[in-house]
Amino acid sequence: MVEQRTGSPPTAQQELHSAALRPVVDAGRRFWLLFIGLGLVALAGAGAYGLQLVAGGLSVTGYNDQVFWGSYEATLVAFIGFSYGGALVSAVLRLTNAPWRGPITRIAEVSALATLLVGALFPIIHLGHPERIWLLFVQPNFQSPIFWDMVAILTYMLATLVLLTLPLIPDAAALRDHPRLGRWHRRLYGVLSLGWTGTEQQRRSLERALTVVAILIVPLAVVVHTVLSYTFSLTSRPGWHSTIFGPYFVIGAVYSGVAVVILAALAYRRAYGLQRWIDDKTIKKLAFVMVALGAAYGYATFSEITTEGFVGKEAEVELLYGLLLERFAPLFWSFIGLGLLAPIALIAFRRTRTPAGIALAAGLVIVAMYLKRILIVVPPLSRPVIGGDVGAYLPSPVEIAIVSGAAAGVVLIMLFLFRFLPVMAVDEMVEIEREQAEALASRGRTPAPQPISVSGAPDG
Amino acid sequence: MAGPGHEDSAAPADEASAEARLLDQHELSRRAFVKAAALFGTGGFLAAGGLVGLSSLARVSAAADLDSATAAELAKRQWAFVIDLRRCDGCGKCTKGCQQMHFLPEGQEWIKVYTVTGAGGQTISLPVLCQMCEEPPCTKVCPVVATYQEPDGVVVIDQEICIGCRMCMAACPYGVRVFNWQQPPQVPEGARSASPLFTAPQRQGTVGKCDSCAHRLREGDFPACVTSCPMEAIYVGDFVTDIATNGRETVVLSEFLRTNDAFRLKEELGTKPRVYYIAGHGQDLDF
Repeated sequence: MVEQRTGSPPTAQQELHSAALRPVVDAGRRFWLLFIGLGLVALAGAGAYGLQLVAGGLSVTGYNDQVFWGSYEATLVAFIGFSYGGALVSAVLRLTNAPWRGPITRIAEVSALATLLVGALFPIIHLGHPERIWLLFVQPNFQSPIFWDMVAILTYMLATLVLLTLPLIPDAAALRDHPRLGRWHRRLYGVLSLGWTGTEQQRRSLERALTVVAILIVPLAVVVHTVLSYTFSLTSRPGWHSTIFGPYFVIGAVYSGVAVVILAALAYRRAYGLQRWIDDKTIKKLAFVMVALGAAYGYATFSEITTEGFVGKEAEVELLYGLLLERFAPLFWSFIGLGLLAPIALIAFRRTRTPAGIALAAGLVIVAMYLKRILIVVPPLSRPVIGGDVGAYLPSPVEIAIVSGAAAGVVLIMLFLFRFLPVMAVDEMVEIEREQAEALASRGRTPAPQPISVSGAPDG
Repeated sequence: MAGPGHEDSAAPADEASAEARLLDQHELSRRAFVKAAALFGTGGFLAAGGLVGLSSLARVSAAADLDSATAAELAKRQWAFVIDLRRCDGCGKCTKGCQQMHFLPEGQEWIKVYTVTGAGGQTISLPVLCQMCEEPPCTKVCPVVATYQEPDGVVVIDQEICIGCRMCMAACPYGVRVFNWQQPPQVPEGARSASPLFTAPQRQGTVGKCDSCAHRLREGDFPACVTSCPMEAIYVGDFVTDIATNGRETVVLSEFLRTNDAFRLKEELGTKPRVYYIAGHGQDLDF
């Protein structure tokens, strides 16, 4: 695994190593422009939260006694959902041993961590007394979904960290002595490599550990999103009290999370010229995964609306009229059009199934799924439970600043992490290629061009 | 943590010991992996276990802080309200009396008088205060047991503990819970109290609601809404002694409820409210 320093032209493996370190060794001027721009947005968000903390509490939000949850809760559900998509892409593709996973697992794992770290701030941001959060540990009520939200999110955070760091071990060992790395990076990689020398035994242990993590993270992430949905569905409120909420949240989470992975992968491959490794085929496969999940989400939406609307219970019908025809109709149909139909169409037709088309589809999914989370939180609250007027809610400037700052924060964390970590799982890619070559050889064939290859056929 | 680079520098003459060291290292890193896997595998369980351990220190509810004798004494009253809708004209004086009693911020209502339309098209005024559910959905979802049920059936909020997550507002099917978004107004020195039975002033960033004037009930006094109702439409009663009164006339509670076909709001939810309503003729019972 030690870098061979010879005068001959670089081998495919050496090229891969250099490519994976491009954002680390030479981020480029545009990186810093983006970094500073996003940093300012994040700072504005932090300032807005400071304002909320010291200068007026939650009165700086657009919340009221009827619509007492809104953008913060929607952001919490959305961001932790994004995280789940990244973790699941990495875990499921590993478990199914999908050979095309190599170049995107690292991006998926970092996306999972970045969105989770920011999303996990919102259960605190939305509190009236954030300084009392320690009471959740000291005198918890085990019946409360909020308590289990906390347990689930913290456990899942640990799992996401492990999912990111385990595959880093061989990468750190392989890249530790890369000539273009500085002293600090070499030291960091030395620590991360945990004494890895690449023996059979170590490989077996790592593989076993990774399998355990990948297996565990699937039910864990399902639990996180089900428990999040329980915050809503374990109440008797019409529009929330629904058995579909658990799976509905889980599907929505993966759907939007895969979109984040696609967008991040496309951005990095474009910015650092990684087309040879993160090729169009890989992006298309991810796009197909996203479309399948979008179809499932559309099905769940249809199923929920039909079962509630057909029977015609008063409260549910009122809510549905609001959603489909009245107050929330513009938002709802925007979600259907931009969040379900347009992305599916963009990817279904070969003409638009291009990197640009897929990027557009993924961007639409991210925005529309955020909108959908607002539609999950707000309409059931705005309908009065006994009598009186329909409650109004518009996010305040402080809310908008905090949520925008959070979105910028996610990208900042990703940019920051990829200043230190290789953007692709180089060891995994080398291993996959070796396994495939062996499999072909054992069938008595000569190695044909690989689907995803380290040596990399030019884009097709 | 030594890497392969260090092994390269090992003296070739000492091959046996180098190999031993190499094996040692493999053993070490192998152990590191097994450890990492084990750490993760058990991490979740440990976290959960630790929390369960901590919970042995946790109180189940503030009511459990009471010694059993006090709790038993308190349980000798099981408070209930009866609202005679035939008398209510929707003047809203109960709301005002309650606001004065509790020093509530402008616009905050702990007893809301809704105007609803009955099945026959008639207009009905419906005062809604905390329904004092026997099975309160709000206390179940509070993550820190800030809202709980007292032994006499009153559901209260400890605003010194409430973290302000508003989960109880989501759970309440009667919309009686409000949030203190703003800093509540000042309260005269002598009237200040941090007791969950009577919190004045209300704490910003916490949930508030009708406390059934528990502090007055225990002193043998009437709740503010009962005394401020000019129509004498609100009765307060006790299931143990089976008596209810609106301040002027006293009735046998169970008989009063039975003979007048009293009903409760959203009975189908199983919350078992202890606030009963008496409808006039032809009124719709399902609000």
